[in-house]
Amino acid sequence: MAKNDLKLLGGWFSPFALRVQVALNLKGLDYEVVEQTLSPKSELLLKSNPVHKKIPVLLHADHKPICESLIIVEYIDEVWTNAPSILPQKPYDRANARFWLSYIDDKLLTSTKSILMAEDDEAKKPHLEQIEEVLEKMEEVFNKYSEGKAFFGGDTIGLIDIGFGSFMSWIRVTEDIIGIKVLDEARNPSLAQWAQSFAAHPSVKGLLPETPKLTEFAKLLILQWTASAR
Amino acid sequence: MAGESVTLIGFWGSPFVLRVKWALELKGIQYQYVEEDLSNKSAMLLQYNPVYKKVPVLVHEGKPLAESLVILEYIDETWKQNPLLPQDPYEKAKARFWSGFVDEKNTCYRVLFVPLVTHSTFLILRVMATFSKGGEEQQKAAQEARENLKTLEGGIEGKRYFGGEKIGFADIAIGWLGYWVQIVEEIVGINLIDKELMAKLDAWFNDFLEHPVIRESMPPRDKLLNHNTAFHKVLTSSST
Repeated sequence: MAKNDLKLLGGWFSPFALRVQVALNLKGLDYEVVEQTLSPKSELLLKSNPVHKKIPVLLHADHKPICESLIIVEYIDEVWTNAPSILPQKPYDRANARFWLSYIDDKLLTSTKSILMAEDDEAKKPHLEQIEEVLEKMEEVFNKYSEGKAFFGGDTIGLIDIGFGSFMSWIRVTEDIIGIKVLDEARNPSLAQWAQSFAAHPSVKGLLPETPKLTEFAKLLILQWTASAR
Repeated sequence: MAGESVTLIGFWGSPFVLRVKWALELKGIQYQYVEEDLSNKSAMLLQYNPVYKKVPVLVHEGKPLAESLVILEYIDETWKQNPLLPQDPYEKAKARFWSGFVDEKNTCYRVLFVPLVTHSTFLILRVMATFSKGGEEQQKAAQEARENLKTLEGGIEGKRYFGGEKIGFADIAIGWLGYWVQIVEEIVGINLIDKELMAKLDAWFNDFLEHPVIRESMPPRDKLLNHNTAFHKVLTSSST
């Protein structure tokens, strides 16, 4: 196999798979996307990620599969050391980038799912507060790290841009479904601007799923969640 | 690097603090340890970890770091002696993968696409479910935890440690579980580590926990047992 033989087991709907695609694009790599469905799961996916059975999975040349979106992104940054770097250079800056991604995955994802499953306004309230708190925090983080430039990573997109930015479509879909705007120019001016910059970035352009299509997908997914939650 | 100030803010009963302690000890880094009273959190902790208000927090030359696995990576990148992570990117990815498998923060990577959090494939959640639930739910959680432990065993790949011949990143990230699972087993009266079916895993846990640096930092078993018995009472009485 060629050294750069790359296959991504991904899905158009998945913000996690999107993270990997953006990273691969940023490094200027050629790769094939093998589009996966949530169910049934393909033999290839089950074989490649037997532990979690989830996308994304990166298949690179003769290596065994690599799983977990952020682990894959760090792997890409370490193997292809050409510019731009995805992670910052200094250990403390790297730690901060990893910390904020951990924060986003911990707080934003749970509250997004919870709010989508909430039956009424009362039930939505605590999750809405959590989402707003996260966005307010990330607005602060952006203002601090970007130093007046377009991205969390400065001039180029970095780990936080990729990890957080890949989630923007799901934020838009959530807003549509719950009928409440959470990320807007009034409350989070920097983030609103940044979200546009991220979407327009050459490594991202065309990859963000369109809101109407993703909304339909989300509605079906919510039904599945609600069904299995008894 | 003499003269550098390193402080670890921790709690004696926290396995996440232990991970950081082990990393510092294995690298021979001088540090000051500050015990935190979690029922009455210090102004220092709240200042250094305003987002989570949790331990461990590592303060290096006045700059705070939180989240144990993030801290481990920082320690490995800053102090190059006795490396914890392998050099090869693929081996690194593997070490991070297994560390994540046993980390609580990973609950949410998959929350979006997993019907129920308790169906999470992450080991620590299943152990917690065994610990906090009762009846049929507990039996099911225990079975799932055992499956996960068996899966974890696969990650050792016949080596002495996850890190190979020497203790590495994944060993430090995961090893505490061997000690804690024994305590869970004793409190709830359910076997999780099957010494026959998981002989390799059992051997690795024992080998790891016997390592002098590791053993020296472990909290005393009785103290930990009492602490977690009380914790168990709280968990099981609050679930209706």
